[in-house]
Amino acid sequence: MSNIVLKAENISKQYRLGQLGTGTISHDLNRAWAKLRGKEDPYLKVGDANDRSKSGGSDYVWSLKDINFEVKQGEVLGIIGKNGAGKSTLLKILSQVTTPTTGKVMAKGRIASLLEVGTGFHPDLSGRENIFLNGAILGMSKSEIKSKLDEIIEFSGVAKYLDTPVKRYSSGMTVRLGFAIAAHLEPEILIVDEVLAVGDQEFQDKCIGKMKNVSNSGRTVLFVSHNLGAVQNLCGTCLYLKNGKILESGITSKVIESYLGENRNVQLTGEIPNDFHRQYGTKEAYFRKILIKDLQNNTIDRLAFSQPFKIVLEVEVLKELKNVMININLGTTLGQPILYAVEKEKIGYVSKDLPLGKHKIEVTFDLKLLPGNYSFTLGLNYLANGTTIDWVENVCFIAVDKIGYNKNENYPWDSVHGYIEPETKWIYK
Amino acid sequence: MNTESENWDLIIEPKSKWYDLRLGEIIRYKDLMFLFVRRDFVALYKQTILGPLWFFIQPIITSITFTVIFGNLAKISTDGLPQVLFYMCGITLWTYFSDTLTKTSDTFTANANIFGKVYFPRLIVPLSVVISNLIKLGVQFSLFILLWVYYLITTNSLHPNAALILVPFLVLLIGFLGLAFGIIISSLTTKYRDLKFLVVFGVQLMMYASPIVYPLSIVPVKYKWLILANPVTSIIETFKYAFLGVGEFNWMHLGYSFGFTVILFVLGLIIFHRVEKSFMDTV
Repeated sequence: MSNIVLKAENISKQYRLGQLGTGTISHDLNRAWAKLRGKEDPYLKVGDANDRSKSGGSDYVWSLKDINFEVKQGEVLGIIGKNGAGKSTLLKILSQVTTPTTGKVMAKGRIASLLEVGTGFHPDLSGRENIFLNGAILGMSKSEIKSKLDEIIEFSGVAKYLDTPVKRYSSGMTVRLGFAIAAHLEPEILIVDEVLAVGDQEFQDKCIGKMKNVSNSGRTVLFVSHNLGAVQNLCGTCLYLKNGKILESGITSKVIESYLGENRNVQLTGEIPNDFHRQYGTKEAYFRKILIKDLQNNTIDRLAFSQPFKIVLEVEVLKELKNVMININLGTTLGQPILYAVEKEKIGYVSKDLPLGKHKIEVTFDLKLLPGNYSFTLGLNYLANGTTIDWVENVCFIAVDKIGYNKNENYPWDSVHGYIEPETKWIYK
Repeated sequence: MNTESENWDLIIEPKSKWYDLRLGEIIRYKDLMFLFVRRDFVALYKQTILGPLWFFIQPIITSITFTVIFGNLAKISTDGLPQVLFYMCGITLWTYFSDTLTKTSDTFTANANIFGKVYFPRLIVPLSVVISNLIKLGVQFSLFILLWVYYLITTNSLHPNAALILVPFLVLLIGFLGLAFGIIISSLTTKYRDLKFLVVFGVQLMMYASPIVYPLSIVPVKYKWLILANPVTSIIETFKYAFLGVGEFNWMHLGYSFGFTVILFVLGLIIFHRVEKSFMDTV
């Protein structure tokens, strides 16, 4: 029988928008009055779904709505979703930093949460003193920490600086020390939020390895990340949150696919809808269209190996733009950036002025992509300070086949290492 | 599977019963409490020259200032006692109370960054403040004892008595009173910050409503009930009575302070526990 160690039943979380202050007392009094009469909280009924792009009429917003899930012992559950989908709120509830507005969570065993590394580090205390302090904050007893002290020091790799105040540490060292402590926690349920974003590759790999060990030893891990590669690598099952609701859950690879697929419908017509998820932007201009074309101007979504292609963009400018640049970013479908293409002259980057109206831009690439799946992200920025005017992430996908564009130029091997085949010159002496 | 029949170790719900204060957890986290105490001490005097000497400087300077202003300029009676000793007696205990109160009164706002990231029983923080202030009191108390012994030998104006056995109880009582005020204020300030401004001068006003710079005996009968309504009054008065032999000792007044403290503390615990669950949304 599978053993469920964490169960969430109908959790919802409501937040009040805007400044606290004016109206707070009156709302509080209203609530108290309703309660006194034995009625429901009047403010629980109102509230919009969590969607930042629309501004609703209500002052209250449901950051999470009716979340239900179960986690079995030893399972590693990934939680993905765009910014503001409610991931952090969910973790906060699970780690008891805040309570749900309705619903309940039940758990077996200790829950330790790692929403941040090095919580409570005191800058004036030495590394060693901070190991004890931070360990205790995370719920370890003094004797537990003592017995693991050597391991923690070893794992962190900052043994040399252990008696130096933490304020003299580099940010990387602080993170290493923080994660080393957290990694040696032994709770039944470990909650990890996006902490791998810092630290170098070697350390990140070390952390992922450590988390795998944790789950192999029968403990449960909940892992939130934007790094889809890490989620894929680590988690057996996955939740996809959108606007405070669970959109899909199940086997990780399937969930990730539908997460990415959300954007795929752009592919057919090339139209980028108005309500496409635009993370930042000044609203002065919008990307309206993106198409990948071959040299005969046919729209395509697959390339043969070493086939040349071009990208056709359409930008609508609502307010006259001066000194801007457009950039095309190519990445893996799991979000790993590969290249950043901008317009360049002999000396320096090209700064453009775009008058009002729609602009069509054709960009040709001299690029040989290795077989695999890639995604495009578009950006429009001011050249001087980098302010983003519009940014559409993973807006378009392309697959590169092993079949060669030119006859007899197929990609010959089974495995593919890397993404790009550069022009090289080899000289043997 | 029927979830109701399973044994869950932890249930997170919007609201819990008011009496479910989860005090047992505090024992599990006692190591953290002492590490906080240690952190406060170590961090406080890092990069200072005088270091822990500051513990002594503060009560000495205050006592001298009081002696000059209240004793010599305003000529307020000290019931015939050496002025410095009289003031220091009151100040030592009062400082413990006021430091505990002010430092626990911003528990939530000052620790929001830690509280927002990890769960541990929030009460650990104010409790650690009480303990570090207790240690500070111990140090300052030894200074008072030195002075007290000196006057005991050189003059015969002091009459220490059996009430001395009450001293540990008085210290505990005033500590909990400060804590009770502190956690209530900290709970209320998460939503309405106005109280924060009130604390600073409220504590100052409260000192003048307590027999620190004057003996209770010079308070006119008409206003005496007002001063006695202050729960700190009888604690400090008993403290002075035990060491110096002057002032009033009244079981009823002390009982009032005790009752006041117990009720306020329990009330504080309940409010604090209610707020700690959701304050991250309002802080």
